[in-house]
Amino acid sequence: MTPELGQIALILALLLALAQSILPIVGAWKNNGAMMAVARPAAFGQGFFVVMAFVLLVWAFLHFDFSVQYVADNSNLALPWYYRITAVWGAHEGSMLLWIFILNVWTLALAFFSRQLPEAFAARVLGVLGIISVGFLAFILFTSDPFGRLIPMPPDGGDLNPVLQDPGMTFHPPVIYMGYVGFSVAFAFSIAALLGGELEQAWVRWARPWTNIAWAFLTCGIVAGSWWAYAELGWGGWWFWDPVENASFMPWLVGTALIHAQAVTEKRGSLRAWTILLSIFAFSLSLLGTFLVRSGVLTSVHSFASDPRRGLFILCFLIFVVGGSLLLYALRAPKVAGGKPFAVVSRESAILVGNLMFTVAAAMVLLGTLFPLIGDALNLGKISVGPPYFGLLFPLLMLPIVLLLPFGPYLRWGKGEPQILKRVMLRALLAAMACAIVAAFFVDGKLKAIAGVAAAAWVAVGVLLYIVKRWREMPRGRRYPAEMAGMLFAHAGVAIFLIGVLLSESLSATSDVRMAPGETKTIGGYDFRFDGVRETQGPNWRADQGTVTVTRNGKPVAVMQPQKRTYTREQIQTESAIDPGVTRDLYVALGEPMDKQHIDGAWALRLYYKPFIRWLWFGGLMMMLGGFVSACDRRFRVRRTAIVDVAEPMHASVLAENRT
Amino acid sequence: MSRLIPFIGFLLLAGLLGFGIWWNTGHDQTAIPSPLINKPAPDFKLPLLYEPTQTATRESLLGKPYLLNVFASWCIECGVEHPVLQAAAPTLGVALVGYNYKDAPDDAKAWLATHGNPYSLLMADTSGQTAIDFGVYAAPESFLVDAHGVIRYKHIGPITPEVLDNELKPAIAALPQEPR
Amino acid sequence: MNPTRKRRLIVVLLVVAAATVAVGLGVFALQQNMNYLFTPSQVQSGAASNHKTFRLGGMVKAGSIQRSKTSLLATFTVVDADGAMPVEYTGILPDLFRDNQSVIATGHMDNAHFVATEVLAKHDETYMPKELKDAMAKAHKDKPMQEGSDAGGSP
Repeated sequence: MTPELGQIALILALLLALAQSILPIVGAWKNNGAMMAVARPAAFGQGFFVVMAFVLLVWAFLHFDFSVQYVADNSNLALPWYYRITAVWGAHEGSMLLWIFILNVWTLALAFFSRQLPEAFAARVLGVLGIISVGFLAFILFTSDPFGRLIPMPPDGGDLNPVLQDPGMTFHPPVIYMGYVGFSVAFAFSIAALLGGELEQAWVRWARPWTNIAWAFLTCGIVAGSWWAYAELGWGGWWFWDPVENASFMPWLVGTALIHAQAVTEKRGSLRAWTILLSIFAFSLSLLGTFLVRSGVLTSVHSFASDPRRGLFILCFLIFVVGGSLLLYALRAPKVAGGKPFAVVSRESAILVGNLMFTVAAAMVLLGTLFPLIGDALNLGKISVGPPYFGLLFPLLMLPIVLLLPFGPYLRWGKGEPQILKRVMLRALLAAMACAIVAAFFVDGKLKAIAGVAAAAWVAVGVLLYIVKRWREMPRGRRYPAEMAGMLFAHAGVAIFLIGVLLSESLSATSDVRMAPGETKTIGGYDFRFDGVRETQGPNWRADQGTVTVTRNGKPVAVMQPQKRTYTREQIQTESAIDPGVTRDLYVALGEPMDKQHIDGAWALRLYYKPFIRWLWFGGLMMMLGGFVSACDRRFRVRRTAIVDVAEPMHASVLAENRT
Repeated sequence: MSRLIPFIGFLLLAGLLGFGIWWNTGHDQTAIPSPLINKPAPDFKLPLLYEPTQTATRESLLGKPYLLNVFASWCIECGVEHPVLQAAAPTLGVALVGYNYKDAPDDAKAWLATHGNPYSLLMADTSGQTAIDFGVYAAPESFLVDAHGVIRYKHIGPITPEVLDNELKPAIAALPQEPR
Repeated sequence: MNPTRKRRLIVVLLVVAAATVAVGLGVFALQQNMNYLFTPSQVQSGAASNHKTFRLGGMVKAGSIQRSKTSLLATFTVVDADGAMPVEYTGILPDLFRDNQSVIATGHMDNAHFVATEVLAKHDETYMPKELKDAMAKAHKDKPMQEGSDAGGSP
């Protein structure tokens, strides 16, 4: 009975989503209060039924309801309960349900927190979110029903893809969807503004906290995904420029540009059309990511089972939503360049340069990702561009941003003061050079590592100097408003991230070796002794487990136990062993036995020494923290009075900002 | 006008993605033709399932085209393809030769008793040794062999009604016209 | 020039400069890093002669995998419909690497054999090895599922 209930819940949700999308938008157009008032109840109702469907699927997994095809495909009696919950989004159908579930979480939050917004505007925003809901609910119901029955019911089910049986996978998809889907809110604000012909930029201020939170979630999701790839794929890498990774990275790049452009538009009124365009792009790229993962157009590590019908459906939806909104943009975007003028040396210019770099980088990633498709289309043969393409272009595009970063807070809106900037530059440069010289002694002349330390020092000193300046000059309590604190956190995160990336990339030592039991290999100053392999068992797998004892100068460091697991369905999964540390990770993965008949003999092993690799995730988490902190700024809390005062050309906070 | 640029750019992208879907339905990116296509079938000598004392060889089957169908009682997918084969066998135009793969003869016979036996000849490869020469990795797989003992078509996985109509029948029609 | 115009000029110049640099770099990077995929027969007919590094795609010939007794060197033969190519690879092979598996190897030609620096194995969803029998028979369903389990390892 439960599966049918789930299906009915989804159908009811679809009907309510239709009501939520059509009535309020028409109501706002006709200025009909009753129709606009449908938005919230419809959103709450839709949310209720979608949550119900989601809970029912979780319930089916927890109770081994193998009469549901999706449950039978993705779980079995031996699967532990926590992986039965993650199995909900372990394959296509359920992950779409998670998508729509999270869209409803955002919609509910918006319905709840938008009571202070002008009625017509809130109605339009909820209406646009309703349209997106309609698309995805129809997609689920027509092409990917998670509640399809399997008759007769099998006594036991299949298995969750073993690469997903990892703690990192428990929260990576929900978090990354929170980000992906969260950009739909910024998108809805922009479309509502276009539809309503908002002349003032007040709506940008209302959109900012939502965008920042979505961006922070996306950052966190990407960090989690990168960590998962590192720990689970057994290759020790943290970023592969894989199509699906790129699919999450492109919205992030555009989203980063967007949160900065929104700041300019909100405070100065400039770049209005650009901000709208960026919010359309950010959400479009999220949709494109969904398309790429599910259409099978590109092959990738994490593609879901591909089905051209699904691809076609998403493509049609993509054309409707993205094509429609870009057309709307062409027709309704503000024609007159508004806002206050700004000089070449100004915060606006710096943000604009950063914006261009981020956008170009996103375009570059898009080109590289779709290149195999272009090769097919132009009949060039089977071509692809590998990591070297991205590895060459991406750092070049990010370099200007890193160089500009320390100046950001110092630059004034409108016109910056060159003397202050020179002073900052001199100090940051000195610090960077000093750190580089010190570092040069430790990294035996590896240029990339030295550059990493210098760049991190450059950024960090800029951030620190500004923190000190605020501390000295501002009265207590007004030193670090949340928005600014968030910015400082995120920028400091960039410094930490740079250390992690450049040091781990340049100083890592890797070795694929053949080792007999008792043999020792030395990597990065650590001695790895292989103590042989024996068999072991888990709840739903058996494994060959190796033991590697690591010592340094004779002192014990760690005992590592990498595994090669075989799951219920004979799927093989390499489970690497990691000894984490602040300054270095040690990483061991089992390859294969040299003689398949004797697992107690010699094995192929992969040994890594990875200095500072943890810093790059930590830097990413700092950026995430920055996004959340800045979203808490009191200025963003919309009050009735605030709406009146944002209509004024320049409000108090902008003045305060200018004085600093 | 310049405001239309993003829209036009998007249309180009959508065109490319549409092309991608169309291309992928027609081209399996992972499909690699079997090295055996248009090559003589490997030599084999296998006992018959129902009369283990008699054997079938590549030579004994020369002269008429046939569809060699690799199946096993343990293979679930074979149960999916079996009704399709059974319905199509009389009108196929070529003999249907069964290749029982890595199976216990009693299991195979029981399986055929429940599911029906459309095969005009049934060979058993209990050890799976000969299957290696055919490049058989799993069941079901099917090979279309012409009158000269040359493999003309190979299908991996179950023969579905779509595969039957779109691939197998055209491949049979394309066989050199010879006495059947 | 009034400030609005001046600003607009700056914006336009910035965009043009960035676009030029980006296009130039992009073309350069693409040219440097285009990676063609060839099958053994295409290589033998000389299609790959202009490419130092390329990807070789095909199926691992059954019984051709050999491991060195003393090192991590592995040799195997990749075949397609009309050709075969011996491959040398030193390192750890992906989990899904075995006979008759579709593989893609990246590397270059050294005389008559291909020296791979990276080997990827693609899981074929239609295959159902006998070893799966027990698990599958228990599940008693009509669809083998292997969604997205081609994570043989991308380096």
